[in-house]
Amino acid sequence: MKHKGARITPRANGLPKCPTGIQGLDEITDGGLPRGRPTLVCGGAGCGKTLLAAEFLVHGAVMFGEPGVFMSFEESESELKANVESLGFDFAGLVRRKKIVLDYVHIEPSEIQESGEYDLEGLFVRLNHAIDSIGAKRVVMDTLEALFAGLRNEGILRAELRRLFRWLKTKGVTAVITAERGREQLTRNGLEEYVSDCVILLDHRVNDQIATRKLRVVKYRGALHGTNEFPFLIGNTGISVLPITSLGLNHKTSSARIGTGIPRLDAMLGGRGFFRGSSILLTGTPGTGKTIVAANLASAACKRGERALFFSFEESPSQIIRNMQTIGLHLDPFVKRGLLRFHSARPSLYGLEMHLATMFKEITAFRPQVVVVDPVTSLMDSGTHSECRAMVTRLVDYLKARQVTTLFTSLTQGGHALQQSEASMSSLMDSWLLLQDFEGNGERNRVLYVLKARGMSHSNQVREFLISKRGVDVVDAYIGASGVLTGSARAAQEALEKAAVLASQQEGARRKRELGRKRTMLERQINGLRSDYETEALELRRIDQQVGTRSIVLSTERAASGRLRRADATVAARSR
Amino acid sequence: MKKKTVSRPARSWQLILYVIDQTPKSQLAYANLKMVCENHLKGRYHIKVIDLEKHPQLAKGAQILAIPTVVRRLPNPVRTIIGNLSDTDRLLVGLDLRASV
Repeated sequence: MKHKGARITPRANGLPKCPTGIQGLDEITDGGLPRGRPTLVCGGAGCGKTLLAAEFLVHGAVMFGEPGVFMSFEESESELKANVESLGFDFAGLVRRKKIVLDYVHIEPSEIQESGEYDLEGLFVRLNHAIDSIGAKRVVMDTLEALFAGLRNEGILRAELRRLFRWLKTKGVTAVITAERGREQLTRNGLEEYVSDCVILLDHRVNDQIATRKLRVVKYRGALHGTNEFPFLIGNTGISVLPITSLGLNHKTSSARIGTGIPRLDAMLGGRGFFRGSSILLTGTPGTGKTIVAANLASAACKRGERALFFSFEESPSQIIRNMQTIGLHLDPFVKRGLLRFHSARPSLYGLEMHLATMFKEITAFRPQVVVVDPVTSLMDSGTHSECRAMVTRLVDYLKARQVTTLFTSLTQGGHALQQSEASMSSLMDSWLLLQDFEGNGERNRVLYVLKARGMSHSNQVREFLISKRGVDVVDAYIGASGVLTGSARAAQEALEKAAVLASQQEGARRKRELGRKRTMLERQINGLRSDYETEALELRRIDQQVGTRSIVLSTERAASGRLRRADATVAARSR
Repeated sequence: MKKKTVSRPARSWQLILYVIDQTPKSQLAYANLKMVCENHLKGRYHIKVIDLEKHPQLAKGAQILAIPTVVRRLPNPVRTIIGNLSDTDRLLVGLDLRASV
């Protein structure tokens, strides 16, 4: 099987490794535990030693085709099966299919009497038989130290343990030996002196009432390994170790853009929204509408037929859905169609690394294109500042590697728009939007602006962010003498402008009317004059006629008198 | 190896000695056990020797850890004594033949 180990681990000239299949642990140890050698896992009570060992065996049997022997000194077979199966492993099935052999070594000191010298050959025989019966490649001994409680002759015991580890090596099995943490040494009975190849220390400590599990590879002979303490957790699918520093800055970038669901916001971001796979920080004081922007982004993704995952650390899913309904954003259909998933948890529910691992799990399972973390600052409560930063770094790297667009909302205290934590976090972010309260004229209004947006031209304008029954809108804010005008001040400004327009319109109308009146007046005058003229012309004609009549009458009279005066007058009249 | 009195089965002792191979160590253990039995249980005991090299599968069920191991199957309760049985006092205590060392 050694050649198989060489195939699994890419290192050409390193030690052959035996992958544990435990999420994260193989990353830290650069491939797994030393193949064919014993590894000591030590830690205090309840820190997950047995589980780590059991998972090592189960994954070996299921994922790597390496059967294993579980030799338990503390838990009986049925207890062990129940414990391991509670984490979703089919332990009993593996035992049935002869992939795993369980051997419960029961030591009851009160039932054993020692008389003279002995050795532990019986244990060797049992182990050897178990290994050979299924061709096991992996062995777990949990917890070997029970022998110290059961057997009084420590001299024999130590000699036999030394022999046991040598024997395990010659047997060529990869062994995990668990041991209780000692007060001044790694293990209570100094088992570390026999196991020199690999020692893993598990720790379980409580900070601010939040328990954190840590894993550290104390020693790994002949191999590179991460020496840091790594948080790990026991979830409902077993152990996952979170190697915070293991991800690099080598993710692919996309130049595709995705809309935010708010057209004017898209316009502010070079007209096309955010880059796909970018990380966005949305900072705002309480009640500025961070969740609304986030919900819009999620709903826009769902409208495009993408999947969106909404991590909420403040509100329950139904509360978000209800609240968004009041602004005309209906998320329910997306949830029903399986495009939108909510994950709500109180930040104080468990430690930071548990949150992180849960988020990883959700992301891996749901494979979303858009992720919202609302708000990321809530998580800050569950860890120290450096831990949080490390966690966000890890999350950002993870999401970027998967080309997931992520919106982190961040709650800031009133007054201080930018806290130090945000400034340090912002270096991880590609875009940074700021939502702010704007107080004045006895009211509060919201403004939005783009603080930074890597790789895209973006608006430098402060915009007013309006939330109404019809949804959200981003509108121009007026710049007045006293700064940015928002809310009723903006409305007043708008009214003022409207009034001015109205006034000028009215002025125009008035002038037009006046002109019309003038024209009618003029026309009336013209008409009067014309009628005067016509009257006069009529008069004139009448006079003319009178003159004509008079001359006719005159000539008639003259002719009559001529007739009266004789014929020569007739001649004269005819000549005329 | 069989010494069993059929007439008094209720009081018969059943002892199993687990060994690995016929090494001097296991032979010594058998000799020590036999001696004690002869001295204290003459005619009322039965020693069965199981070589785990030949029957390794029996080790698990009998919860064998150390070699040599003597298991008193009868009378109840089951008693376990480990070692080459050279410490006769402890062997007697282990077999419930004496209250304490």
